[in-house]
Amino acid sequence: MAALNTGTSGTERDALGGAGLAGTGPPSAGHDLAQRGTWRPALSAFASNRVAITGLGMVIVIALFCFLGPVFYRTNQVTVQLNLATLPPGNGHPLGTDPSGYDVLGRLMLGGQSSLELGLAVSLATTIVGTLYGAIAGLAGGIVDAVMMRVVDTFLAIPSLVFLLILVNLFTPNLWIIILLITMLSWLTSARLVRGEVLTLRTREFVQAARMMGAGGWRIIVRHLVPNSIGVILVNATFTIADAILILSALSFLGLGLPPPHADWGTMLSNGLNYLFDGYWWLVYPPALILIITVVAFNMIGDAIRDSLDVRLRRR
Amino acid sequence: MTRYLAQRAGQAAVVVIGLMILTFIMIHLEPGSAARATLGVRATPGRIAIFNSTYGLNEPLYRQFVTYIDQVVHGNLGTSYSLQIPVSTLIAQRLPRDLLLLGLSTVAALLIAVPLGIYQAVKRGGVSDHVLTGASFTLYSTPDFLFAILLIALFSVQLRILPPEAPQASSVGGILADPRALVLPVVTLALVTVASYSRYMRSSAIDVLAQEYIRVARAKGLPRRLILLRHVLRNSLLPVVTMVGLSFSWIVAGAVIAEEVFNYPGMGLLFYQAATTHDFPVLLGSTLVVGVATVAGNLAADVAYGILDPRIRYGRA
Repeated sequence: MAALNTGTSGTERDALGGAGLAGTGPPSAGHDLAQRGTWRPALSAFASNRVAITGLGMVIVIALFCFLGPVFYRTNQVTVQLNLATLPPGNGHPLGTDPSGYDVLGRLMLGGQSSLELGLAVSLATTIVGTLYGAIAGLAGGIVDAVMMRVVDTFLAIPSLVFLLILVNLFTPNLWIIILLITMLSWLTSARLVRGEVLTLRTREFVQAARMMGAGGWRIIVRHLVPNSIGVILVNATFTIADAILILSALSFLGLGLPPPHADWGTMLSNGLNYLFDGYWWLVYPPALILIITVVAFNMIGDAIRDSLDVRLRRR
Repeated sequence: MTRYLAQRAGQAAVVVIGLMILTFIMIHLEPGSAARATLGVRATPGRIAIFNSTYGLNEPLYRQFVTYIDQVVHGNLGTSYSLQIPVSTLIAQRLPRDLLLLGLSTVAALLIAVPLGIYQAVKRGGVSDHVLTGASFTLYSTPDFLFAILLIALFSVQLRILPPEAPQASSVGGILADPRALVLPVVTLALVTVASYSRYMRSSAIDVLAQEYIRVARAKGLPRRLILLRHVLRNSLLPVVTMVGLSFSWIVAGAVIAEEVFNYPGMGLLFYQAATTHDFPVLLGSTLVVGVATVAGNLAADVAYGILDPRIRYGRA
């Protein structure tokens, strides 16, 4: 802890780290860090970063709301009840009801479950595929690398929403297909980032030493390259969650999202917008707010991890 | 430089051909879909067979591809199945509209984001920096369709000062003649871009401010304004230039959501309609145009690098 100068507030650290004043840390910093593992300094930097903790706290509260909320707040989200349609907030429905008579608060919890699940699933798949692809390309080098990266360039040459439009029209969307399609677009960035890291790592002594001791390519990737690029991987993974939630909402708005009875925040929001001019504000602002807050929270975490890694790198 | 450019052009050609193959495979994943989408659900098997043979859709995939490439090389992008208009005519109608709308919004975003990022870098850690960072996070995290509709609700419905629809003229001159109608679409598109550009600008300006040459400039008594203009601005523009280069494809591909909300038929809606009606020639043609634009944008960013940063010289390594 002392190594990262816990006395400094998060803001000052941010300013120092961000300003790139490499030499300003306490003299013991570099020495201390070198003796510890890769994880603890990064974790403690993260823990003392106020932005990171705020973001993480927001994510935890929202996850509890979505997954534990329905246990305490039971609502009917299965059968349509037209006699209860578009009731304003109050009278047992704190956020009113939607045009199908579903309770909006309960629907937010249910919709949040699929939005969060989608974000996490896309991020997990993206990270695994992108990391392996990038690490293999970077480690192999030469013609293999060139071919693998041209494939990535090809996919990247088309804006992602356009690609999604073509693909989504070919399949009947369900949650798994949407996860698969969004993953097909987002692993590219992660592959590029990891390859970039691996290109610098593979010339380092510890990788050459491992290779000299007879470690195979697979072992080098899993034991050396991936753990050492974990920062870049984590940052990208958090941003991917945020982006996936936003992409799904854009698809819902274009009518290419998950079909009803399925609920997610993006679908709720874009359906709600149809009623904005009828004065049914409770169909728009609650899903809008929770969606924006969630995406902001994940972006805050990603940004903070990047900052804390910067501090670590600069004080090495 | 020439050798470098030739090498990059070679890579670019590979990417564009790869893109064509990829699109070709993707749209043929569901055989017979084009005929059904164009002729309707009640089309008889006979009519579907005629459609397929007219457009060569019953040929093997590789032969269709060769035929298509041959057409493209001869400057023919084919004819839309559903509109029966040459694809090149469609693109020529739609593309200028997007170049105008997205070009304007990119310029607007840069004019706001660059000074904003430098301001935040100078004031880093202060209250205004935190407030602006929070604001850009929020802007970046808001779905653009929500912006668009809330802006319409405020400025067109409540205040009644701006029209809710983008200019409907078909020529660029006609669109420019109606600047009030351009405000909301341009603002919608610029808001999200400002958020991300200003983040990049802020972090690169922070890096530049910590450099020795800034200290030297300050030590020799150069006024702050000149330091910011001459040294910080130029040196911290590099990442933003990359972003603009990368966004070139985005400008050409159009903004399907803004086009939909503001009823401004550009490339985005063309893609969207072509994708929903399985209009293969339109999809292939517009993908080709966007792919070429992407590659050109990346190349332009590289060249701009060399101009902005004299240390970067291509072709010597």
